[in-house]
Amino acid sequence: MIKDPRTGMTLIVKTITRLTVGLILLFGIYIILHGHISPGGGFAGGVIVALSFVHMMLAFGKDIAASKISTNLASNLESIGALMFLAVALLGFLGGTFFLNVLAKGTPFTLFSSGTIIFSNISIGIKVGVGLFAIFLALVILEKSKQEDNS
Amino acid sequence: MKPANIIPLFVIVPLAAAFLISLLGKYVRRFSSAAISLSSVLLLALSLYSCVLLKSAPAKVLVYKVGGWIPPFGICMVLDGLTAFMLVTVNLVAFFVAIYSLAYMNKYTDKPKFFTLFSLMVCGMNGLIITGDLFNLFVFLEIASIASYALVAFGTEAEELEASFKYAIMGSVASAFIFLGIAFLYGFTSTLNMADMAAVLNNKPNLWLLPFVSVLFLMGFGLKAALVPFHAWLPDAHPSAPASISAMLSGVLIKALGVYALVRIFFNIIGVTHTFLTILMFLGALSMVAAVILALSQWDFKRLLAYHSISQIGYIFLGIGLGTPLGILGGLFHLFNHSLFKSLLFLNSGAIDYAVGTRDLREMGGLNKVMPVTAGTSLVASLSIAGIPPFNGFFSKLIIIIACIQKGYLGYGLCAVIASILTLASFMKVQKYAFFGQLKGGFTNIKEVPWQMKFSMLCLAIMCIAGGVMLLPFLKPFLKDAVNVLVEGTRYAEIVMREVVR
Amino acid sequence: MGLYFLCLALFCVGLYGVLRKRNLVKIIIGLAIIEYAMNLFFVLLGYRFHGRAPIDAQDQAILNMVDPLPQALVLTSIVIGLGVTALLISIAIRIYEKYGTFDITKIRKLRG
Repeated sequence: MIKDPRTGMTLIVKTITRLTVGLILLFGIYIILHGHISPGGGFAGGVIVALSFVHMMLAFGKDIAASKISTNLASNLESIGALMFLAVALLGFLGGTFFLNVLAKGTPFTLFSSGTIIFSNISIGIKVGVGLFAIFLALVILEKSKQEDNS
Repeated sequence: MKPANIIPLFVIVPLAAAFLISLLGKYVRRFSSAAISLSSVLLLALSLYSCVLLKSAPAKVLVYKVGGWIPPFGICMVLDGLTAFMLVTVNLVAFFVAIYSLAYMNKYTDKPKFFTLFSLMVCGMNGLIITGDLFNLFVFLEIASIASYALVAFGTEAEELEASFKYAIMGSVASAFIFLGIAFLYGFTSTLNMADMAAVLNNKPNLWLLPFVSVLFLMGFGLKAALVPFHAWLPDAHPSAPASISAMLSGVLIKALGVYALVRIFFNIIGVTHTFLTILMFLGALSMVAAVILALSQWDFKRLLAYHSISQIGYIFLGIGLGTPLGILGGLFHLFNHSLFKSLLFLNSGAIDYAVGTRDLREMGGLNKVMPVTAGTSLVASLSIAGIPPFNGFFSKLIIIIACIQKGYLGYGLCAVIASILTLASFMKVQKYAFFGQLKGGFTNIKEVPWQMKFSMLCLAIMCIAGGVMLLPFLKPFLKDAVNVLVEGTRYAEIVMREVVR
Repeated sequence: MGLYFLCLALFCVGLYGVLRKRNLVKIIIGLAIIEYAMNLFFVLLGYRFHGRAPIDAQDQAILNMVDPLPQALVLTSIVIGLGVTALLISIAIRIYEKYGTFDITKIRKLRG
């Protein structure tokens, strides 16, 4: 089905996309995880992760992208991301105040040096990434149902 | 456990409810109804408890430092008299509207999504009321606004989409003006904490900045509060929403986002001048008279109620714009009363829509024979909004008119009386066409609405009747603390800073 | 000083788009230009003379940075703008299905 010439774009686009989609996803995850020592963080990394899925949808057509992350799974993951963020914030109550940074802060400039900031970044990254992709899926579903009505 | 620890719960509870309903509402049956009822009851109990807590606090202010950071480096949440007053108003109306929606939303398609957006709107309003930081106020303002844009378009009919688009564009431009004002203030004072900014603005000389920022904030928050030059979105947006959302929008959203934010920024941070108060009073009087004249020719029930909302907001601004303690007391008391009777009126229109299926006054008639609860509560609410004793609207309008005359503004007092008479005329028309008169042919087998809707309407009607007791001595501190916060003005800064270091 | 005036001029260009254009999509683009202008203005407020980017690195001293607070706040504002734009585009697509046109002078069922 991937090599089907009727859906999606031409063969050249499909080949290059197959090579680069994984790298884009990996780059997005890198930006999310290193949010406390270099520019980026949850939102910017989340947008890059969403773009890797949108890239797959543009090149191969909606069905293949929807088989990787379906609408239901996107909606559930988004809510789980938000609840994870709230849980990280509530963890601060263990130390006394809301949103307090309670985990150990190691040596600066390493990966695990910021306490709870890394978990906030990960949950925001999940929520934004999946949320943007769900918006694209919703807009494409509207277009597709209109085309099926016309044809 | 320090008493200030309950303050973040006003944001945590609706946020958790919203995302839990979004996640589990599809899988567990009736989970959304149970979760929203539980969270509304919890928020109402917490807001009433915060009033009690405030009585025993020193200096009547509680400050909570988010994340343990000392302001002005961190965000702080402040609970003072005005905050407690607004919290009780918002959560009370939200509780009754949530109970009403349990039955009313059976006519629409997607209950879990509705309750998610509803809970996010309540979270945004609560967060805006309790925050003590200016950019945090902007973020919660946007959360509540975006949730309300989506809720107005919830039924996805043609008219609802058009109204929601208009509302969203105008609301976003207003938010842009507010953001520009916040940017100018930050560039001048280099701090975003409200108390710190008040202290800095009082000490530094500034020639052109404060009038410019005042105009920007007046345009931005004036559009959110539907003052008259900026009111054009309201008569389209409020009728098109589902009835419970119209009650929330007209009852609390324009007050929390518009009136409260404007009053907090101008009285406590920037400091009011005589020119600004005169402008507020003029716009308030203009809103009162222009909106009630436009409302006289409406035949759509909800559109008529929307125009009356603009008119009553004019009363609130006239009261607050007077600047005297009696005037501010009248304005805030009218804010509380208007939330009660306007939401009751919108819930009535929703009940008529649920049972009969129309909103046009010319197609209704004689409904008080088949729907006694709806008719009775509607009569109570109509008499309240027109200002007939002994209902609660009479007391607040009387205080505003007396305060006008005491300060010597006889013209504004006359405008208030004329607007009140025209309001009475308009609601007599509503009562005659909708409830009294002959029962139309196809209406004989209409039943009364389900018990959730009856419960909400009856409770709001009882509170309208008993509203006058707010002025009795043992409940008067509820209003008096709110008035004191505004009358003190920019000394808010010292009070909060003293609490922070305690 | 001229840079701030240019930002406000961009704001006015976007405001012209919202007020005078008849196509729904052009109104949404005007709103997007307003948001870009506001975010740019707020970031420019934090500039310090001869400042460098506000990133904490192991080998450079913590001096001479531009103000990092507006940059964090503008990130929030960009996300808010994204949410509003996504909502407006969905509503515009649905309006096209119901009314058949994007012209706001023909989308006038509510009046009075």
